[in-house]
Amino acid sequence: MNLLDPQGPVAAANRTILVDSVFIMLVIVVPTIFAILAFAFWFRASNPRARYQPEFVYSGRVEMVVWSIPALTVILLGGVAWIGSHQLDPAAPVPGTGSPVRIQAVSLDWKWLFIYPDQRIATVNTLTVPAGAELNFQLTSSSVMNTFFIPQLGSMIYTMNGMVTKLNLRADNEGKLQGLSAHFSGDGFPDMMFDVNVISPLAFPDWVANTAKTDAVLNEDSYKKLMQQGIEKGRPVYRLDDPRLFDLIATQHIPPGPGPALASEAGRSHSGGHDAR
Amino acid sequence: MLGKLDWSAIPLDQPIPLVAGAVVLVAILGVLGWVVVKGHLPYLWHEWITSVDHKRIGVMYILLASVMLLRGGSDAIMMRIQQAVAYQSQGYLPPEHYNQIFSAHGTIMIFFVAMPFVIGLMNLIVPLQLGVRDVAFPTLNSVGFWLTATGALLVNISLVVGEFARTGWLAFPPLSELSYSPGVGVDYYAWSLQISGVGTLVAGINLVTTVLKLRTKGMNYLRMPMFCWTTLASNLLIVAAFPILTATLAMLLLDRYLGFHFFTNEAGGNVMMFMNLIWAWGHPEVYILVLPAFGIFSEVVSTFSGKALFGYRSMVLATMAICVVSFMVWLHHFFTMGAGPNVNAIFGIASMIIAIPTGVKIYNWLFTMYGGRIRFATPMLWSVGFMVTFLIGGLTGVLLAVPPADFILHNSMFLVAHFHNVIIGGVLFGVFAGFEYWFPKAFGFRLDERWGKAAFWFTFIGFFITFMPLYIAGMLGMTRRMQHYDVAAWRPWMIVAAVGVAVLTIGVICQIVQLVVSIRNREALRDRTGDPWDGRSLEWATSSPPPVFNFAFNPDVRGEDAYWDMKARARQQSLAHETPDYQDIEMPRNSPTGFVCAFFATIMGFALIWHIWWMVILGGLGAWATFVVFAWRDHDEYVIPAEEVARIDRSNIEERRNLVSMAGAV
Repeated sequence: MNLLDPQGPVAAANRTILVDSVFIMLVIVVPTIFAILAFAFWFRASNPRARYQPEFVYSGRVEMVVWSIPALTVILLGGVAWIGSHQLDPAAPVPGTGSPVRIQAVSLDWKWLFIYPDQRIATVNTLTVPAGAELNFQLTSSSVMNTFFIPQLGSMIYTMNGMVTKLNLRADNEGKLQGLSAHFSGDGFPDMMFDVNVISPLAFPDWVANTAKTDAVLNEDSYKKLMQQGIEKGRPVYRLDDPRLFDLIATQHIPPGPGPALASEAGRSHSGGHDAR
Repeated sequence: MLGKLDWSAIPLDQPIPLVAGAVVLVAILGVLGWVVVKGHLPYLWHEWITSVDHKRIGVMYILLASVMLLRGGSDAIMMRIQQAVAYQSQGYLPPEHYNQIFSAHGTIMIFFVAMPFVIGLMNLIVPLQLGVRDVAFPTLNSVGFWLTATGALLVNISLVVGEFARTGWLAFPPLSELSYSPGVGVDYYAWSLQISGVGTLVAGINLVTTVLKLRTKGMNYLRMPMFCWTTLASNLLIVAAFPILTATLAMLLLDRYLGFHFFTNEAGGNVMMFMNLIWAWGHPEVYILVLPAFGIFSEVVSTFSGKALFGYRSMVLATMAICVVSFMVWLHHFFTMGAGPNVNAIFGIASMIIAIPTGVKIYNWLFTMYGGRIRFATPMLWSVGFMVTFLIGGLTGVLLAVPPADFILHNSMFLVAHFHNVIIGGVLFGVFAGFEYWFPKAFGFRLDERWGKAAFWFTFIGFFITFMPLYIAGMLGMTRRMQHYDVAAWRPWMIVAAVGVAVLTIGVICQIVQLVVSIRNREALRDRTGDPWDGRSLEWATSSPPPVFNFAFNPDVRGEDAYWDMKARARQQSLAHETPDYQDIEMPRNSPTGFVCAFFATIMGFALIWHIWWMVILGGLGAWATFVVFAWRDHDEYVIPAEEVARIDRSNIEERRNLVSMAGAV
């Protein structure tokens, strides 16, 4: 999950900007730290060779320099930020080989549902994608806020109930990656990590075909069961009954997840916690 | 009868909060018993609890902050241990407990440690630096303090009666809404902050008015010490920002109590509005904390370098620039929400712009040291340590303001490391520097230097051992608030961070030992002159501790660094020996209004949390009646006769003459 080991163009660009910005700032910060330590050491009261200049309390030239240094740095970095924000906008296209894969991600309490509307399948806590293709994510949440994040593929984005956010990514190399939720969402939050299998574009149709053989069907009823609070240790897969399921969730035709059942009228509610374990 | 409250609210099945609560309870009862048995209760009541003296209130704020620092620190230790052991296991804290701990840690450290510590120092010092006898609204000041204490008390009651929020320290909806957090945790959180927020707001109004309206003769704005400027900026931010917090939490409470839909998923509620509102308060809040710290460093660096502050006007400009710009950057807390590239870029650049005046401040401290004669007393060590640490925190902060970098670092351990880097390295180092620097002023004796330096080095090194690994964990994709994890690469860094927290703990212990040792050696450490550091501003022109009226005569200020200037002139004129013409002084009477009002507010807050409506009405009426009684008071001032003023002032004048003549002889 190392951010410095990107596996796709978005993550690589994120990393480049991160590293460049750090170096731009280090050029200023390192000499300043040295100057602080050097001045503090040299002008110590016990140093007879240091010249005491109590009248040195204003200098137009020094002021000019001390306002310019951070200002110039910020102008440079501001340019990086402006260009970077536009190039790496989460919704900006990330061209890839072959046709893009549409994936609709829903954060549930406390698992991830990935719907492949074109392939008419859905998976939980595992995301399988072909290498090299553009991945168009549409994201929403069944209940509370979460953040969808695959560190080695780059940019994260919030998921919110009743709203759809957009994110485009691409995975360049086959292999296994990990994703997680990066926004605290309750007791089962740490178990919202998911596997990302990047497979060859040739193997992807086979994987889809195999997955579609499952007996489990995802429709409104089974979705409502799935969105109950709880942790999913397995990796269930579904055939998708209705490709508009995601829209029904995002537009709240399927109401938001229920949250913990009220165990008692007492203030201390343990129900969520028990589910979590 | 008792609303939602019954025996199930006491967590009898959970030993950790129960034992901790019991220990605290025994300690409180022990102290109370000792106070009563020894007959100190009348003293405590008349001299402290009902005091409207800004110095006493300042000291009580700092005491509250110190006690709460121990509570928040215990939470931190528990979290670091949990993350060190919870690799492929549940650790020792179940999620519902761990989640309360990090929520309480954040809430306590910001609202009940950092805030009261800086407000305490401002209360203690600003009127002295301005050369005046008290703050603008002394009784209101007392009310502000006691309401803050009420908030802190309610947070601690949640440890043993009910639960605290499990939502993080900003209680983002919809998680904090009734459907997803049906317990009383969020109510404890929200009512504590509502009540203490009123306290903070009145403290802000009071200090703004004090700086704007109560300055001694000749104290122009551009002659005020830097700490007064940063106090003004910080309190302007309080007055502007805290109402936003109050309104936001009020909306959340309406959702929870009366079925409104401001931030719910259903019926058109909008969580993004909460994010915007809470950060419209939250971002100025970090400057509310760090600006006074900048002021403290300005005072300390200048005093211990034996020089006036370099580029004073530049510093004033930088302070006010930060004050204004800090209101225009809140969106950088949620770049990953999917706002368009223009919005993200504009807020990113606005955030970076704050780095300009902040950088200027660093360089001006640097040039204050240049050509100085630097004494490395403990406050100066904290200041130099701050400059180095804060530069690193500033670097990572500007990095997080670059939206594409934030897209992979947002909410990660990197972010956690960043804000601890600036809050510990900036605010905490600042208040510790201020504590060491002004302690002799408040209590009349210095703190032990050896233990003070030990505390600095353990805290400084402990900070790096704890938080540098968190930066690395963030670069390895680790997000915050994980109760357990399965990623092997994170583990070693969590273990190193736990070791670091042990070193930090030693630092805190050193500070406690320092206090004990110094109290025992107080005669040897006595500050008789009122000016132990060869200070430059007016707080050093009176005795330590200052008399209740601060100054027998309102000082006459003729330039920056007023007291330095007076000392220099006194040396030239070998201090005129005329007997001063003492006058009667009127001072505000002590008042139990603050304490009584907070007592009723505590009852009301507790009752609101547990839905005990009759008690809510009782508490509300009590608090209101307290104000009515106060408003109908007949005498609000008493007179200190001139002879008494003369008696108190004379001994201090003697000591000071000796000091100046000795300095003149050298």
